[in-house]
Amino acid sequence: MSETPSTTPAAPPERVTHTLVRDVRMPGGAGTLALVTLDNGLDHTKPNTLGPAGLAELKAALEVVRTRAESGEIAAVGVTGKPYFVAAGADLKGITVVSGHDEAVELGRMGHAAYTILGDLHGTTGVPTFAFVNGLALGGGLEVALNCDYRTVASDAAALGLPETGIGLVPGWGGAYLVPRLVGIEKAVEVILTRPAANKPYKPAEALQIGLVDELFEAADFLEQSIVWAAKVVTGEIEVPRRELDPQPVWDAVVAATKDRLDAVVGTSRPAPHRALELLAAARNAIKTDAFDAEDQALADLVMTDEMRASIYAFNLVGGGKKPQGAPDPQLARPITKVGVVGAGLMAAQMAFLFAQRLGVPVVMRDLDQERVDNGLSFVRETAEKLAGRGRLSPDAAARIVASVSGTTDIGEFASCDFVIEAVTEVMELKKKVFAELEGVIAPEAILATNTSALSVTEMAADLAHPERVVGIHFFNPVAQMPLVEVINAEQTADVALATAFAITKKLRKTAVMSADRPGFVVNRLLLLVMGQVVDAIEGGTPVEVADRALAPLGLPMPTFELTDLVGPAVAQHVLTSLRENLGDRIPASAGLAKIVEDGTRVVLDAPAKGLPKPVDPAIQEYFGPALSPGEPGRNGQSVLDADGVLDSVLTALTTEIGLMLEEGVVPGPQQIDLAMILGAGWGFHTGGITPYLDRTGYSEKVLGKRFLPDGVANVPA
Amino acid sequence: MTAAPETPRARRGVRDVVFVDGARTPFGKAKPDGLYAETRADDLIVKVVRELLRRHPELPPERIDEVAIAATTQQGDQGLTLGRTVGMLAGLPQSVPGYAIDRMCAGAMTAATTTAAGIAMGAADVVIAGGVEHMGRHPMGFDADVNPRFVAEKLVDPQSLNMGVTAENLHDKFPHLTKERADRFAVESQAKYAKALAGGDIDPDLVPVATRSSQQGWGLATADELPRAETTFESIQGLKTPFRAGGRVTPATSSPLTDGATGAILAAGDVVAELGLPARMRLVSYGYAGVPPEIMGYGPVPSTDKALKSAGLTIDAIGLFELNEAFAVQVLSFLDHYGIADDDPRVNQYGGALAMGHPLAGSGVRLMTQLARQFEQHPEVRYGLTAMCVGLGQGGSVIWENPHHADYSGHTDEEN
Repeated sequence: MSETPSTTPAAPPERVTHTLVRDVRMPGGAGTLALVTLDNGLDHTKPNTLGPAGLAELKAALEVVRTRAESGEIAAVGVTGKPYFVAAGADLKGITVVSGHDEAVELGRMGHAAYTILGDLHGTTGVPTFAFVNGLALGGGLEVALNCDYRTVASDAAALGLPETGIGLVPGWGGAYLVPRLVGIEKAVEVILTRPAANKPYKPAEALQIGLVDELFEAADFLEQSIVWAAKVVTGEIEVPRRELDPQPVWDAVVAATKDRLDAVVGTSRPAPHRALELLAAARNAIKTDAFDAEDQALADLVMTDEMRASIYAFNLVGGGKKPQGAPDPQLARPITKVGVVGAGLMAAQMAFLFAQRLGVPVVMRDLDQERVDNGLSFVRETAEKLAGRGRLSPDAAARIVASVSGTTDIGEFASCDFVIEAVTEVMELKKKVFAELEGVIAPEAILATNTSALSVTEMAADLAHPERVVGIHFFNPVAQMPLVEVINAEQTADVALATAFAITKKLRKTAVMSADRPGFVVNRLLLLVMGQVVDAIEGGTPVEVADRALAPLGLPMPTFELTDLVGPAVAQHVLTSLRENLGDRIPASAGLAKIVEDGTRVVLDAPAKGLPKPVDPAIQEYFGPALSPGEPGRNGQSVLDADGVLDSVLTALTTEIGLMLEEGVVPGPQQIDLAMILGAGWGFHTGGITPYLDRTGYSEKVLGKRFLPDGVANVPA
Repeated sequence: MTAAPETPRARRGVRDVVFVDGARTPFGKAKPDGLYAETRADDLIVKVVRELLRRHPELPPERIDEVAIAATTQQGDQGLTLGRTVGMLAGLPQSVPGYAIDRMCAGAMTAATTTAAGIAMGAADVVIAGGVEHMGRHPMGFDADVNPRFVAEKLVDPQSLNMGVTAENLHDKFPHLTKERADRFAVESQAKYAKALAGGDIDPDLVPVATRSSQQGWGLATADELPRAETTFESIQGLKTPFRAGGRVTPATSSPLTDGATGAILAAGDVVAELGLPARMRLVSYGYAGVPPEIMGYGPVPSTDKALKSAGLTIDAIGLFELNEAFAVQVLSFLDHYGIADDDPRVNQYGGALAMGHPLAGSGVRLMTQLARQFEQHPEVRYGLTAMCVGLGQGGSVIWENPHHADYSGHTDEEN
């Protein structure tokens, strides 16, 4: 908790991106181009970022360029980056230590002061400015380009985008004003709100298509061809068309529709998307200086929010998650030349596909009867065909995957596997039986793994001659899409088994969080606790519709019953029961849910529109008894909670549970819980996972008497 | 007339080979502060290939049958089968094959003549031939494991591995080729280059190259870095003679260490007509010959004799000479042999390697590209020669015919 090692925020030294300027002779007698390179002087593993010192250097350099433009020495200005990068954006480390609103405003102004020189140069001197986007351009890195008069992009630029609203900010160095005027309001909403929410920046061809850039040139001679193109623009041989501003009614309609969507999806959970939309709404008629002032204010307001600070904490957690905490020496990992999967059901087949795809080794699936085996193999084949059909896999890669997965009913085929993972029904006795059988077949060195989501790995291994080679690897469904894997360190698990599990998850391109062998591990324990609390409130009398939306202020990816529907009420009920058996009555029982499972009733209605949440089906109220009002006597001796009451009970329960998990040593610190909830449950950056939210809303102090994270780590310090 | 045979001919005739176009990078100083200090060798030649394709949209890339790229030191960024890697890096279809080739200084020339031979016998229709040398990254002979037998059996004088020494040897052999004549020739080379540059004869063949400097940022190479337009006879009198104390060869009369790349498109005469490609020169003949390594600079004399003999021409038929100026004395020995004056206006009209530099395996195609331009400017000239000396004692010579000449013999079956 607060004793977890964590540095108190202090100004880290800025990794300064320098501005280098050289004169270049443009072809065709177009004159001299002042070529500006942004370069932090470090290799490609350390992207350019923009902090105060770098921006000051850029501004000073551009002022010299402006003077030369005024005196007619240069005919054009070009801005580009070091190889592979224009810039990855603002220096986030610097932003998180901004201590006051004035300082935050200054940060916005510094960017504008430098970039505006590029934006205004043509108007004041007739010298046009060009951005040659030779590599990654995100946030402030793309805004440099947007402030220029013209843009080219290299075919191999890794990504272009304005991810700011995804980390609690707005594109505040001109993006919010310039993008809608450049590409239209509808596409601007996509650039500034939709893509960041989906964490999906633009590829160069997409950026060209929507008009974020004017030309795309192949990487092999991108800069040369960009300069040739710039020369033609300078001489007038090429004219670049610009779209008219969208008509006011179109602008207003798009803004209104977007507002409705934000209200439904984001609600009050975080301010940044709303602030960005306000800037977009005003961009059509505002004059540039006013719009930039408004960007400065919005940026400053947001920099001083806990949501933004938690987002940066979360962003860094996810980035750092590639190196798992507590993993043993990777050298200990066993080489894997063949994988066995026990079971051929949906989960098993998904795992077999992924193993074959990413480990590139033969995979054998075994089930009890041939029909199940055939179904599993069909899934693998159909998945490969589907991906090949969409161009996500080459035909050869698809063929390799299909060919490398085999099926059998003979457990003896596992004899040649170095690694066998079971994915049979979640029943302890069955799993123990499977492991006992396996031990008689597999090589003495082979690693055994279980994909259990809630059973004790320690108990599962207890009767084996070699329990030390058993490790838990908990995949989430759908296996291909979910970025998290929980690696379960059971009591007797040896380092070699753990190291092998981490090596495999790394090759599968998953982020691993190590958990002790405690019920539900991390994600299911908390996710099902939340579900249980919400259902429990309904059992007590809260109307299903009130309970379903009660957690909206958290901005979770979906309402509670949509999640129940996604997981499947039967699975939810099974895990809830299993957790209650192990953890006690903190995990509530629900007769209503049990009946819903029994009847196989669907709990949600269809979403009113694509991208909107699926609301709970009011008809399921009957499974719990009539809806009551707060103040009325509740059922089961409970009081009837309103939405705030449900939220309060959920947050209180979460705080208690996380406190217990840290005491039990499920994970070393709150950071692993936050990382697991972000990647395993999709909980938002603005909540920092969950512990920053519980700290800033006072729950940790109230329930546990202390914070999870030191003040300032994931919030604006007091 | 008899009807055409139903079956393909068992023997086919030799086809005409045409020089379609050539281009090169600006040449840079092979030093840590040179233009290309932070630019890869393979990137240099890739830019040339792409420029050639860009200049000829009428040439479908899949019609290219071979990419032959020369480098003297085939390792590091000049390793890994350049012709193939360059084709891939330049974005040619994967179906286009390629190979690397080496004849030291005559690498690109050999790339051109070898692929031309393939065209002539019908194995290829269109080829790209070129060369690259980043001498800053790959000094001549660097890392070479010279067979000890060369020394033990006195196969060569060890000193002859140093090219400057072989130039001194030529002065010894031909005492009338004095230091003064060499110096005057060098000054003239610089002057002719400056005139050609001012007259717009250099830039059209250059491919601009973006150059990265971690200290200065990106730049753009648009001009040769090495020429010294200010050179006068007086200004080079005090120069040291680095290859021999009291010698005659100075930095001014030696080509400087150079980074650069060159490339050309060659094609069968009929294919040029089919695709609408320009025919800037027709290949008449070529020859290579060996000489003692100690006087390697003399190599172009026997190789030119070979090429002339093969063409059935005499030296008087040659109206324009593009001779690689590895060393001033080496060119003088050639001119002297054929009785051509040191300042004959037919020779190296745009100056030569003494001024612009000599990126070993890259130079051969530069000579061809410049001769092609001179042919356009001199329709009265029917034949031209490109020739160069080669380290370890070789010469290479290629004779070309000018399509702009009134008596041009043509390059398609119909014309023939």
